[in-house]
Amino acid sequence: MLEIRGATKRFGDRTVLDDVTFGVGAGRLTGFVGGNGAGKTTTMRIVLGVLAADSGEVLMNGRPVTADDRRGFGYMPEERGLYPKMRVHEQLVYLARLRGMRAADASAAADDLIDRLELSERRDEPIEKLSLGNQQRAQIAAALVHDPSVLVLDEPFSGLDPMAVETVLGVLAERAARGVPVLFSSHQLDLVERLCDDIVVIADGRIRAAGTRDELRARGAGDQWELQVGDDAGWVRSLPDIAVIDFDGDYVLFEADAAAAQSVLRLASDRGVVERFAPRRPTLTEIFREVVQ
Amino acid sequence: MSFSSSTAPAARRPGDALDAPSLRASVGLIAGREITSRVRSKSFLISTAILLFLVVAGIVGSHLFSTSLGDTKIAAVGSAAELLEGAPELEVESASSIAAAEQLVRDGDVEAAVVPIDDAEPGTPAVEIVGLSDAPSALVQALSIAPEVRLLDPSPVDEGIGFLVAFAFGIIFFTAAITFGGTVAQSVVEEKQTRIVEILLTAVPAKALLAGKVIGSSVLALGQILLIAVAAGLSLMLTGQDVLLADLGPAAVWFLGFFAIGFVLLAAMFAASAALVSRMEDVGTVIQPVTWLVMLPYFLIIFFNDNEAVLTVMSYVPFSSPVGMPVRIFLEQAQWWEPLLALVLLAATAVVIVQLGARMYRNSLLRTGARVPLSEALRR
Repeated sequence: MLEIRGATKRFGDRTVLDDVTFGVGAGRLTGFVGGNGAGKTTTMRIVLGVLAADSGEVLMNGRPVTADDRRGFGYMPEERGLYPKMRVHEQLVYLARLRGMRAADASAAADDLIDRLELSERRDEPIEKLSLGNQQRAQIAAALVHDPSVLVLDEPFSGLDPMAVETVLGVLAERAARGVPVLFSSHQLDLVERLCDDIVVIADGRIRAAGTRDELRARGAGDQWELQVGDDAGWVRSLPDIAVIDFDGDYVLFEADAAAAQSVLRLASDRGVVERFAPRRPTLTEIFREVVQ
Repeated sequence: MSFSSSTAPAARRPGDALDAPSLRASVGLIAGREITSRVRSKSFLISTAILLFLVVAGIVGSHLFSTSLGDTKIAAVGSAAELLEGAPELEVESASSIAAAEQLVRDGDVEAAVVPIDDAEPGTPAVEIVGLSDAPSALVQALSIAPEVRLLDPSPVDEGIGFLVAFAFGIIFFTAAITFGGTVAQSVVEEKQTRIVEILLTAVPAKALLAGKVIGSSVLALGQILLIAVAAGLSLMLTGQDVLLADLGPAAVWFLGFFAIGFVLLAAMFAASAALVSRMEDVGTVIQPVTWLVMLPYFLIIFFNDNEAVLTVMSYVPFSSPVGMPVRIFLEQAQWWEPLLALVLLAATAVVIVQLGARMYRNSLLRTGARVPLSEALRR
C-alpha cells in the first residue's frame, strides 16, 4: 500500500499541490486523471523523491518511504528518455543492476520483458534507432525490469497504438495481480475507465474525487434510469413523478426516485417485452467534467 | 527466449527488497558504462588513432629528417681529405683532380668539394671550398678554428628540447582535459535532457553517479595518455634516442601522477558546471570558466617556459602544477621534495573542489529549465 498524505507544493507563489491525499492499494490498478497542469506529474515526482514536497509525506505500508524502498519502485517519467546510444537489452540490464539485481537475473528479466513487449527484433539496437512506439515500450520495460514493488507511470499509454496498449496493459495487469500497487496517469479517460480498479481525479492541485471505479460512477449516477422496450415507449412520458430526459422510439432516459423507477419497470413488463432496464452510470468523462468544474 | 531455471526472476517476489548495492558497486557500474559507451564510439577510436599516429610520426619523422640532413657529402682532392678526417656530419669521398671534384659538385653528387690551393697565404688554410650556390655550414665549421667556450652556469638541457618538452606536456594536458572534460559535461547534460537522471536517482545516490562519471572519464583520459606515453617511448627507443627518453622518463612519470589527480579535479568541475543547465546547446557556455582554467597553464607554459620564477609559481598552483612541475623536473630545476609538496597541494584542492562539485551536482541535477544560479547550486 502506497499512500500520499497532505502533500503540498508551491513553486514561487503558485500552489501546484494543495493537501493531496490518496492511496494506491496493493494489487490495484489506479488511474490518476486530471487536466494539463493539474498536478499529476508533480505528485508522481514527489512519490519518487525526485521532487521534495513543501509538506506532507509519502508512506509505504504505513511508514515513511525510504531511499531503499524507492530503489524498488518502477518509474516512468513524463518526459521519455533512455540513453540514446545504448542498446535495448544492455540498457535494461544496466538499470536493473543499478537497483541491485545480479547480472544474470537482470539479463534474464530484460529478455523476458523484451519478449513480452514484442521488442525481440530490436533487442540489440540502440534506442535512438527505434520507432517512437518501440521507444515507449523500451521505456516501460525500463520501469518494470527490476520487478518493482510499486509502479508509478506517467502517461504510459500515450503514443501507443491500440495493439500496443493491449500488450502493455497485459503486462501491467499481471504485475498488479502479483500484488504491486500500480499508479498511472492518463488523459485517455475511456482507457482509464476500462482498465482501472481505482480512480483518483485531480484538478488545480486538489484531489476532487478518489475511490473505486464503481463507487465513483455510482456516486455520479444520481437518479437516472434507462429503459429499452420492444415497441414504442412513448407512454412513459405521461407518467407522474418522473421526468423524461431523453426519448427515442423504444428508448427512454428518465429521472425518478428508486420506487417510481420500479413502478415504471412493472408497467413496462405488463405492456410487453423489456429489453433493458438499468440505472444510468455516467461515463468517466462525464464524472470528470462534473468534479472538475 | 532463453531462461535458465536458476535465474528466473520469480525467485524474488515483488515488494521484496533488492539487496542494496554497495556504493562501490554502483560507482563501478556507472564508471563501466561511461567507459564502454565512450570506447564504442567511432569518434573516440578515430581521434585516439590519429593522436597516436601524430605522436609516432612526429618522433620518427623528425628523427629521419634530421639524420637525412646530418651527413653532408663532400668531395676532397688529395691531401685535403686528411683535414676532414674525424669531422662530424660529413661523408668524405675522394676525387682524383680539382676538375673531377668540380664536376661532382655540378652534377649534385656532392654538396661541396674541398680542394688544395697552391698560392695560399701563410696562416690561412691551404684548401678552398668549392660549392655550387652556397657552402654547407658543417663543412665550413669543420675547417674553421673555433674558440673554446667555458660556461659558468651551463643549462643541463638544450633550450630547444626544453621548449618542446614543455609544449608537449602542455598540449597533452590541454587536449586531454578539454576532450575528456567535455565528455563528462555532455554525459551529465545528456542524462538531464533525456530525464533518465530521474530514473537513475531513484536507484542510486547522486554522489555515486558523479563519482562513477569522474572515475570513468579519468580512467579513459589516463589510459589514452598512457597509450601516448608508451607509443612515444617506443618511438624514441626505435629511433635510437634513448638519451632523451632517459631524461624524459622521471618527468613523464610525475606528469602521469599529477594528471591523474588534476583530471579528477577538473572532471568534477566540468560535471558540476554542466549540471547547471538542461540542454546540450547550453553546455558550451556553462563550462567556459572551467575551459579557461584548463587553457591557462597551456598558454603560460608556452610563453614562460624559460622564466624560472613564473614556472616555479605554476608548478605549485593546483590548476597548472600538472604541467608546471613535470617541466621543472625535466629542466632539473626542482628539488626532490617539490613535486611531493605540489602533489599534496593538488590533492587537497581536489578534495575540497570535488565536495563542492558534488553539492552543486546534487542540487542542480533535478532542476530543469532555466540555468540554475550558482548561489542556489552551492546551497547546502
